[in-house]
Amino acid sequence: MTDKEKKGGLSNNPIVKKIGGQRLVVIFVIVALFAFFCAKSPTFRQYSTILNLLDTSYYVTYMAIGVTFALITGGNDLSVGTGMVCYSLIGGYVVTKLGLPIGVGILLTVLCGVLMGILNGFLVAVMELPAFIATLCTMMIARGMGSICTKSQSINWPQASSAQGWFRSLFKITVGETKYPLGFLWVIILVIVMSIILTKTKPGRYIIAIGSNKEATRLSGVNVIKWHMLAYIICGFFTGLAGLAYGATFQTVAPGTGAGLELDAICAAIIGGTSMTGGSGSIIGTLLGVFIMSLLKTGLPFIGLQANWQQIITGIVLLVAVLIDVIRSKQAKRA
Amino acid sequence: MGDIILTMKGIDKSFPGVHALDHVDLEVRKGEVLALMGENGAGKSTLMKVLTGIYKKDEGTITYEGKEIEFENPRAAQAAGVVIVHQELNMLSHLTVAQNIFIGREIMNGQIINDEKMNEESVKLFQKLGIEIDPKEKMGNLTVGKQQMCEIAKAISHDAKVIIFDEPSAALTEAEIEELFKIIRDLRDKGMGIVYISHRMDEIKVITDRVTVMRDGTYVGTLITKDCTKDDIINMMVGRVIYEDPKTQSAVAKDAPVVLKVEHLNAGKMVRDVSFELHKGEILGFSGLMGAGRTETARALFGADPKEGGDIYINGEKVTINTPMDAVNHGIGYLSEDRKRYGIVVGKSVAENTTMATLKEFMSGLFINKKKEDEVAWKYVESLKTKTPTVDTEVVNLSGGNQQKVVIAKWLTRNCDILIFDEPTRGIDVGAKSEIYTLMNELVAQGKSIIMISSEMTEVLRMSDRIVVMCEGRKTGEIDIAEATQENIMQLATQRN
Repeated sequence: MTDKEKKGGLSNNPIVKKIGGQRLVVIFVIVALFAFFCAKSPTFRQYSTILNLLDTSYYVTYMAIGVTFALITGGNDLSVGTGMVCYSLIGGYVVTKLGLPIGVGILLTVLCGVLMGILNGFLVAVMELPAFIATLCTMMIARGMGSICTKSQSINWPQASSAQGWFRSLFKITVGETKYPLGFLWVIILVIVMSIILTKTKPGRYIIAIGSNKEATRLSGVNVIKWHMLAYIICGFFTGLAGLAYGATFQTVAPGTGAGLELDAICAAIIGGTSMTGGSGSIIGTLLGVFIMSLLKTGLPFIGLQANWQQIITGIVLLVAVLIDVIRSKQAKRA
Repeated sequence: MGDIILTMKGIDKSFPGVHALDHVDLEVRKGEVLALMGENGAGKSTLMKVLTGIYKKDEGTITYEGKEIEFENPRAAQAAGVVIVHQELNMLSHLTVAQNIFIGREIMNGQIINDEKMNEESVKLFQKLGIEIDPKEKMGNLTVGKQQMCEIAKAISHDAKVIIFDEPSAALTEAEIEELFKIIRDLRDKGMGIVYISHRMDEIKVITDRVTVMRDGTYVGTLITKDCTKDDIINMMVGRVIYEDPKTQSAVAKDAPVVLKVEHLNAGKMVRDVSFELHKGEILGFSGLMGAGRTETARALFGADPKEGGDIYINGEKVTINTPMDAVNHGIGYLSEDRKRYGIVVGKSVAENTTMATLKEFMSGLFINKKKEDEVAWKYVESLKTKTPTVDTEVVNLSGGNQQKVVIAKWLTRNCDILIFDEPTRGIDVGAKSEIYTLMNELVAQGKSIIMISSEMTEVLRMSDRIVVMCEGRKTGEIDIAEATQENIMQLATQRN
């Protein structure tokens, strides 16, 4: 018997092992929070609330999936918050102000994200700047860039009722009288796809390997620069998707906003079990992390707690999540 | 011993300011274990890095299997069958054993990695080596010995014809070294050429067929292992004779006062009921195999790890030591085995490191009194003969031996009377070693007392006045130097429950 098996207890349970301890805790918290809000507030139980909860979670989910890849390499990407708003502004601008077809706007939004990913990846993987610094700079650049491109105007992506409004239906579709959260379907599909890429394909394996020990990976003959860059490009691509979701969910996209949203994404990834030091993380975990954040954000007002309290509680949740992780790895070391 | 498989001739390599390799020759034959020896900085690792394509050579030729070649990168070398098992293990602790073995050349099923197949192949490799490791286990959960086995498995999975072991035994237990040697002999008998880099003279005699010695980036010569003595090899390495005579008589007076008494110390499973006494002016050796609990005992004593029980007396008075600060206040200094992590701050100057534990005494108001700091630093640079151009030199630029002296200076500045040396000469070359030994002897002559944890038998026998032997967290015996032999120490060190 190995040491690990001897430790016994809950962590021995095959189901617990399969799902992962921290993830199980997170699922439990989600269920508990949901039950709590439902019990406390009858209006929370309504379909429209759930719809709204999902609606406002898409853009965070995409940012968080992207940033998970950056975090797994042992880096970070602070540019996702302002970046998302910037790409959404640019995409929306060409549609509403320049009159280009909506398809062009959509493509341009995602393309901007990819370009930013390439820039971040270049700075971090090729120039070897610390990710924190590199993406802090690009975060500021993105914030200014969005304002300049739109001449400091707010942008409203086409309304659902307008001719080009079909793209809002991609996220929330109305069939008859009922609205369905179509965007959630894309989230689920992308989470599954990215999970497979992360755990079952070469790019994912090498991105994890780089986060675990970059030099060892390099000496194994892996092109670390390429894969390291790819992690940031994936992050940029998803930030582009987040820009779309953001434009589709909200009436107005305002220049100069978005700062701080990256922290929601990073927070979600870490609650979901992604390591700040790199080498481990999971996309499903990140999705669960987003759920916790969204539940708190949507649910707390229903029990009479406003924005300030949400932040305090979110901070505590993150702290607990990280503490659990730290305590567990300490125990593992001692055993 | 078979035909020549690899020849390196006239290899020359310079880095800015350093002539790292000066026309070095090396020849490896099929079915032999060739030792590559030399002091730290002699150029062994550089030579191997040139061979495997990590560095580009400036001059010289490499002939492998009869053809002149130059590997572009480690991967090309691997593909051709020249692989290196690195000194620092190149493991990815978050990935599984099988994922580590196949990193960079995953077995694919279309675009999807076939982890199951990789696990199967890993098991086959381990069977070939006669070892048992679960390929699905995370690399980080294995012992260092097992990790090394995985590295070897990775090496042979490349159909290696030449395997280079760069100080493989540095972190292994005796049992693991035995297993490693068995594997190495196996590989040799299958006709592979093996290059074995190590500092441990005893191992060289046991495992290798020939010894090639390097010194200061040059090729010194090659000996047949069984026809030469340790002294022959050491002579070639340092160009001078170093005597490794054991101490025969304790230098401590019978009635020397007890400065430190430890009773029934318990801390985790590595420190079980350990008691001992340290006399004034004594070097108390702590011997045992890796993982015997010696470092853990020292750390618990020093307050670096929590204790579960036990009493500590200093100069007859019972003291409480819960943190390293308590220990330092009671005059105990700890020189860690891992200098770079726990001993010194490499990016800081000699002076800054010297005063680190005593900074309070070097303050003038809110500011550090640089002049006073430099004075004290110079004092110790001179008395310890630390080789450094100035006291403002960053410690990272000093050799291992001189770094160790800076750590000693730090604790002397703090007026520590009890010094715990944990592997005082690890990573320090032969010449600097004897300087550290002289220094330790001077310290005890001045009335300091030393606890010396050492895994090198010759060091224990040469330096100690008395020897405490530990095994699996327990003290299994105490021997006066007059009666100590390698045999009786080893007997106690392997006295398992």
